[in-house]
Amino acid sequence: MKKRRNRSDSSAWMTLPLYIFTIVFVVCPLIYMVALSFATPSRGFGVTWKFTLDNYRNILEPVYLNTFAESLKLAFTSTIVIALIGYPFGYFMARLPEHRKKKAQLLLSTPFWVNSLIRLYGWIIILQKKGLLNFALMKLGIIEKPLSILYSYPAIVIGMIYVLLPFMIMSVYSSAEKLDWSYVEAARDLGASRLQAFFTITLKLTLPGLLSGVILTFVPSMGLFFIADILGGNKVVLVGSLIQDQMTRGSNWPFAAALAVVMMVLTTILIMIYRKVTNARELEGIG
Amino acid sequence: MKKNSRFAGFYMGLIFFLMYLPIAVVIVFSFNESKLPVKFTGFSLKWYQELIHDRAMLEALVNSLILGVLSCLVSAVIGTLGAVGLSRIHWKSKGALEYISILPLMIPEIILGMVLMAFFYMLNLPFGMLTLLIGHTVFCVPYILMEVKARLAGMDPALEEAARDLGAGPFRAFWDITLPLIMPAVISGSLLAFAMSMDDVVISIFVNGPRLSTLPIKVYTQLKTGVTPEINALCTILLAATLIIFIVYSLITKKKK
Repeated sequence: MKKRRNRSDSSAWMTLPLYIFTIVFVVCPLIYMVALSFATPSRGFGVTWKFTLDNYRNILEPVYLNTFAESLKLAFTSTIVIALIGYPFGYFMARLPEHRKKKAQLLLSTPFWVNSLIRLYGWIIILQKKGLLNFALMKLGIIEKPLSILYSYPAIVIGMIYVLLPFMIMSVYSSAEKLDWSYVEAARDLGASRLQAFFTITLKLTLPGLLSGVILTFVPSMGLFFIADILGGNKVVLVGSLIQDQMTRGSNWPFAAALAVVMMVLTTILIMIYRKVTNARELEGIG
Repeated sequence: MKKNSRFAGFYMGLIFFLMYLPIAVVIVFSFNESKLPVKFTGFSLKWYQELIHDRAMLEALVNSLILGVLSCLVSAVIGTLGAVGLSRIHWKSKGALEYISILPLMIPEIILGMVLMAFFYMLNLPFGMLTLLIGHTVFCVPYILMEVKARLAGMDPALEEAARDLGAGPFRAFWDITLPLIMPAVISGSLLAFAMSMDDVVISIFVNGPRLSTLPIKVYTQLKTGVTPEINALCTILLAATLIIFIVYSLITKKKK
């Protein structure tokens, strides 16, 4: 026992690079951001270190509150649609025979390896006025005039769904995979209808997966400004776009920092709610 | 186990189709003669030729590759050592340390990007390859750390202890026993990190220098200002390259199992 203790102490140096790096380049910058959010902006990229709450007060202005509301709305819409599409998919996937499960997993993870911008560009080609979608719809006689979906709200939602759906599917799948189907069978044997068995047993037991999928889609969807940029044509301003704008063009860093702090707090609250509800320590489906 | 209905098969097929459709569209139009990605007017390789002569684009590609390799190497060293060290220490603060190390995955990318930008500015670091390298290493380390940690969890600690008992020094035991055993995880984690680095737009936009551009940034600005099918050609080449990496990756992970 004593020997082991010595050994573990002598191995402690190995974590040193990790902690120096993480503390210097992750923890310190985060603390700096919080400090920055209470500083006074001055001309150019400069900052005056005078304590103020103005940056937070600024967020309460209708324009910016509206931006937050818009982002939350988009995040909620995307998350709900993604859950509705992704849940059945993950559920069906967990019920596939073993060899097909592997194939489905492979098919699901391959697009990750393609640059997300490239995949979004594919959607531009499909959704544009003279694009594939309009062509197909007109050929089928469903519409007479081409729809202008690109550079509109639905296009942004489509982009969000496209980029984030795999996360939802993977988390639902990983909890549905662990599900003991005999519970469902027992419920059925005891006279529950299919729907009853689903809502009382299956849904309840796969809830951790669904919830972690919700977080894994909701959190990034607040910040994926480039999707709104590319597919929405700058029509919808999100918190992410606002932060980027304030950092680069607007050059009001303290305000950008305050926006980021609020966003971080929102994110953290969500993750804490998730932990409370599911009692889980880590999110399902990552790693 | 119950079987899926026919509807389930159809549904999954449809979603998979929609997942791959945009990728297929991009590839098809890279061989299109016309400049507009609307109608396929004829097979042509001219966009590939134009791409070869596009200096700025190739420079961005080289930058991305250098950055990808460097950040992958640095984070492999930090992540691997960290994972091995973490598996051996039994301090009370271990949980907190572990949490902090995967923090970059829990923070929205945009926040990580802006925070690093402000921080580098404060430190007076010149924006360019160095800041990009640090930024990419920040989000690459957790991937390698998690892969190696998972591998170590399934490893018998007695192996290294035996080496130590037989007289090997701690360095020798690590180098000869532990490292070869965890190598598959190090490699697969590094490949994942490389792919993430090649794909990153958000953090790069914040920490890149005024004259330095990476490929995703180049693609991003083109998408905003105006696209030529050169992009499609480039995407197809990148796709082929990532496919190769992916095949290597799956071969390695297969061996691991």
